[in-house]
Amino acid sequence: MIDADRIGRSFRVRGRAVHAVRDLSFHVGAGEFVGCLGPNGAGKSTTIKMLTGILAPTSGRVTVAGLDPSRRRTAVAREIGVVFGQRTTLWWDLPLRDSFQLVRLLYKVDRVRFRERLDEMTDRLGLGDFLGTPVRQLSLGQRMRGDITAALLHDPSVLVLDEPTIGLDIVSKSEVRAFLRELNTERGTTVLLTTHDLGDIERLCRRVMLIDHGRLAFDGTVEELRATVPGEASIEDVVAHLYLRSPAPRTPPPRPGEDPPIATA
Amino acid sequence: MRVYLLLIWTWTRAAARYPASFTLMTIGGCVAAGLDVAVIWIIFHNTTTLGGFDLPEVMFLYGSAGLSFSVADLLFGNADRISQHIKAGTFDGMLIRPVGTFVQVAADRFTPHRAGRALQAAVVLAVALARLDVPATRAWMIPVMVVSGIVISTSIWALGGAAQFLLTDAPEVANAFTYGGATLTQYPLSVYGADLVRGVTYVLPLAFVNWQPGLFVLDRDDPLGLPYWLRFLSPAAAAALALVAVYAWRSGVRRYRSTGS
Ligand SMILES: Nc1ncnc2c1ncn2[C@@H]1O[C@H](COP(=O)(O)OP(=O)(O)OP(=O)(O)O)[C@@H](O)[C@H]1O
Ligand SMILES: [Mg+2]
Repeated sequence: MIDADRIGRSFRVRGRAVHAVRDLSFHVGAGEFVGCLGPNGAGKSTTIKMLTGILAPTSGRVTVAGLDPSRRRTAVAREIGVVFGQRTTLWWDLPLRDSFQLVRLLYKVDRVRFRERLDEMTDRLGLGDFLGTPVRQLSLGQRMRGDITAALLHDPSVLVLDEPTIGLDIVSKSEVRAFLRELNTERGTTVLLTTHDLGDIERLCRRVMLIDHGRLAFDGTVEELRATVPGEASIEDVVAHLYLRSPAPRTPPPRPGEDPPIATA
Repeated sequence: MRVYLLLIWTWTRAAARYPASFTLMTIGGCVAAGLDVAVIWIIFHNTTTLGGFDLPEVMFLYGSAGLSFSVADLLFGNADRISQHIKAGTFDGMLIRPVGTFVQVAADRFTPHRAGRALQAAVVLAVALARLDVPATRAWMIPVMVVSGIVISTSIWALGGAAQFLLTDAPEVANAFTYGGATLTQYPLSVYGADLVRGVTYVLPLAFVNWQPGLFVLDRDDPLGLPYWLRFLSPAAAAALALVAVYAWRSGVRRYRSTGS
């Protein structure tokens, strides 16, 4: 479903190149649920932006549903739903209901399918109380549900979420998680999310990717991740350990198989 | 185009939900436009010809240029907000939708309050035509020149928008950004240049597109003595400029670097 082949992205900042992502390769199959971890500034959001056609990679190649997002952006947009936890893609001034109408027009979803889907989502995510509220007046949790709904109205085969549980209270968080799990198991939607919340990883993801300094530092199941540190370490300890021993930006990329703690699924 | 029309319709309905400000803006637009006409009227009250053209002829030139410009401004004028979208990060949200980014920027927060100017220009043009009595052998040029003018104005906005993508990359811009410098220096074109761009947009179609075919419609000699065939060049000029604009916009989007969060 998603194929990244040695993708890299650098930015020129005051004449110097900042390598946000370098040489990142991974494959996500249809129906998978993958979580993406990594310290701040690791390159997670940049990776998501390359998958969704917001940023063109400066090296390598990525395809989503067989299409290159930087060349066939609009075709990819139909296949993919995108949620940015940090920033809404809805329209500040409009009530949630109107925002959904605009989404309907942009994706050319037919009226009947749209109604069905919106009713279903309203029911599942409890949007009923604030459909008429302008987006700027929504609480973070309400807005997040709105964003998730907007990303799914066109029934995409892949859903990509950048920190979808950021700032949510415990109840909202578990509702969002339950919703995403059902989406993955019942509709078979492929889900890729980034998070700093290990609860998301433990409760949702069968597979974890750890990005560090723009490189893939681990790719495997949650159990395999835990097994990288001997003994009865908690998942927090394991991840903290991995973040701390992260290589300096300029060291050559570790090759799979050479470095014992790195497991590949 | 269909998506665009549906989008602006939705925004218009949304704006109409605040009837007070909606009506005020529309009335404001009409009043400003009416004043423009009054100015022309007053000038002609004192002089009967302007550069060898009499009142209906000047009204024709003014009306057709004004119509091109104001229709383009009404439909696509929002495209000059692109720098705000780049700064605020809302451009990310447009890139994830399966619709061209130019259409989305142009339709974003559309309000029809600029329709007043277009209406006024159309009225001026209609009055002028009623007095001029242009034969059909020359009148066919009128829609051609108006449409060409719309295309040219729109292309120039698209070019201005495309430049915004580059300007966010310019070193002094990056410096102002990283050192928290004055916001004014951040996006020079959007702050100081918007009026300039608008000026060019108004003058350019008038000079090259409206003027030459206008002479054809009026059946007048060119006071500057330029070749006759220039009068038929406006559609070609419009098409060429549109192609350049599309290319520039695309390469602008390709250079877009999002924001760091
Ligand atoms: N538009 C940009 N211009 C310049 N540098 C950028 C830009 N976007 C990202 N970066 C840099 O790229 C690196 C990776 O950023 P990215 O946002 O992908 O990290 P992240 O893994 O999402 O971090 P976080 O967990 O904090 O969200 C950072 O060093 C950041 O400064
Ligand atoms: Mg991020």
